[in-house]
Amino acid sequence: MAIVRLALCSLRNRWVTATLTLFAIGFSVALLLAVEKLRTETRASFAHTISGTDLVVGARGGSVQLLLYSVFRIGGATHNISWESYQDIRNHPRIAWTIPLSLGDSHRGYPVMGTNLDYFRHYRFGREQSLQFEAGGPFNDLFDVVLGAEVAHRLGYELGDMIVIAHGTGKVAFLEHDDMPFRVAGILKRTGTPVDRTLHISLDGMEAIHVDWHGGTPPPPGRRLSPGEVRQVDLTPRSITAFLVGLDSRAATFQVQRHVNGYRQEPMLAILPGVALHELWSLMGVAEQALLLVSGAVVAVGLIGTLAVMLAGLNERRREMAILRSVGARPRQIFLLLVSETLALALAGIVAGLGMLYLSLHLVQPVVQSRFGIRLAVTAPGWHELALLSLFLAAALLVSLIPAYRAYRNSLADGLNPRI
Amino acid sequence: MSASTQQPAIEVRDLAFRWHAGAPPVLDIPELIVERGQRVFILGASGTGKSTLLNLLGGVLRPGQGEVTLLGQPLRTLRGWRRDALRADHVGFIFQMFNLIPYLDVLSNVTLPSRFSAARRERANARGGVEAEGMRLLAHLGLGDRSMLGRRPTELSVGQQQRVAAARALMGAPEVVIADEPTSALDAGHKGAFLELLLSECATFGTTLVFVSHDRALARPFDRVIAMADINRAGAGGAPGGAHGG
Repeated sequence: MAIVRLALCSLRNRWVTATLTLFAIGFSVALLLAVEKLRTETRASFAHTISGTDLVVGARGGSVQLLLYSVFRIGGATHNISWESYQDIRNHPRIAWTIPLSLGDSHRGYPVMGTNLDYFRHYRFGREQSLQFEAGGPFNDLFDVVLGAEVAHRLGYELGDMIVIAHGTGKVAFLEHDDMPFRVAGILKRTGTPVDRTLHISLDGMEAIHVDWHGGTPPPPGRRLSPGEVRQVDLTPRSITAFLVGLDSRAATFQVQRHVNGYRQEPMLAILPGVALHELWSLMGVAEQALLLVSGAVVAVGLIGTLAVMLAGLNERRREMAILRSVGARPRQIFLLLVSETLALALAGIVAGLGMLYLSLHLVQPVVQSRFGIRLAVTAPGWHELALLSLFLAAALLVSLIPAYRAYRNSLADGLNPRI
Repeated sequence: MSASTQQPAIEVRDLAFRWHAGAPPVLDIPELIVERGQRVFILGASGTGKSTLLNLLGGVLRPGQGEVTLLGQPLRTLRGWRRDALRADHVGFIFQMFNLIPYLDVLSNVTLPSRFSAARRERANARGGVEAEGMRLLAHLGLGDRSMLGRRPTELSVGQQQRVAAARALMGAPEVVIADEPTSALDAGHKGAFLELLLSECATFGTTLVFVSHDRALARPFDRVIAMADINRAGAGGAPGGAHGG
């Protein structure tokens, strides 16, 4: 079509401003898409932190807090729940399985969690994925430890390495269980969840390193039990931090939840992980909205820049419009010429933006994956992105109407004799 | 070309044009007839309404009263886009200066009318193709050098630009060419040469030429000379401050 060809020639003639405008649009589009991608991937990876678990049970407190320490292993519990209550609850007829969790120790900033073999059997994340081993297997011995992928990778541990666990969760450890080191028995495959950052030991192992401690202080030297002696002791835990519950049917969820929450012997709280995740996410919603707002503003700036460039050129182009009119262009075609120019800029900007997006995704993907455990899939734009891009094009179309209308009015008023 | 072959190229009757209702008329022309193939010189200083007349003849402005008939087509009752189409098909324009689209090369500028008019495209095709016709016209106007075709208007002298504009006006053999002071930006030597070329091209194709200028010295070779002052009863003083300089 003649008008579109003219528009492209006109843009090519002003290639410096056109290129700058194109890059401004490209950057804003790339930023918008990148923020959207980060948002959706974060949300997805967040929602996929835990799955297949029907209830999370801990000492009574806030549900978000319970979720944070039991699933995300952030912060700590103010109270534990007793082993007896746990035994009592898990005998409920509708409960199919439980996974006990015992937290509170760490290794070089990574949380150490006591659990049992049911963890490897029943724990699910993502879309009902179970834990897989990169190397080795579950803990067999009292002093075996299974590492999350990130722990092993970052700290360079391999099977058979010996690890000393620190008391407490601080980054700098003051008290260490250095009398009872653990041997790396297994390394889990990457999950993109907090599991990657966790060191897993048996509940017995967790009990063993604390069995001679009293009130958070180690026994004085000389009265410590040796690893050999501790194997003779009854290592049934006195308490655990929380436990995950799988039911025989979803329908029993509220019944079991009521049972836990109304448990007389000890105040406990059972939460639905999906609901708590949602609650937690909505806390972060403000940041999410702010991010979206900023990328929206950047897009607006890009469009306003385009508008300014188009409008600035109009006055000096009145002669050009008059010439076009003289060779037979209708005012409507002048309008179309300006719309085409703006839209061509926007389209080229989108292409440039996609190029920048995929290039930068390619570059930062490994970093984000290893730093934050978020997998930014380098996939073709999905419906969501296409919808956003269409929205952007629609906005560009709206913006293009402004210079187009002015040119249209000018060419009607000027006829063949522009005022210049 | 069509059933209207017998009619004059341009026929103006009882034309009155004013910019606003109640304003004094800029043009008040009882009669102006230009026969087909005639080469007419319209003499008028600026402010005599000649630019307005050219806008009316080209169908850009709509006559308020009276009638302007172009090749048998009364313009007053035509809708805007029909007038645009009529102009695209049948009229070539040459302005005083800055005739060319800055972002198109010489050949694209010359062939531009054939992009907006299928009729002119077909006529050019009948003569061997749009580009061939463009190059032929350029050659006739002394711009036959092949290196000329790809140049930008800014690389040309004013005289060359005006000749490119003439080639464009003649592209696709429109029945009427309207030239508005096309030589006033040229120096004396080039004026005569340009005029000669334009007149001979129009004679070759039997094109009706309406040539408007304030320069009486140019009038000699024309078939007919008309003074604005003689045909326009609105006379001087009717020039609005607005949309028609030149």
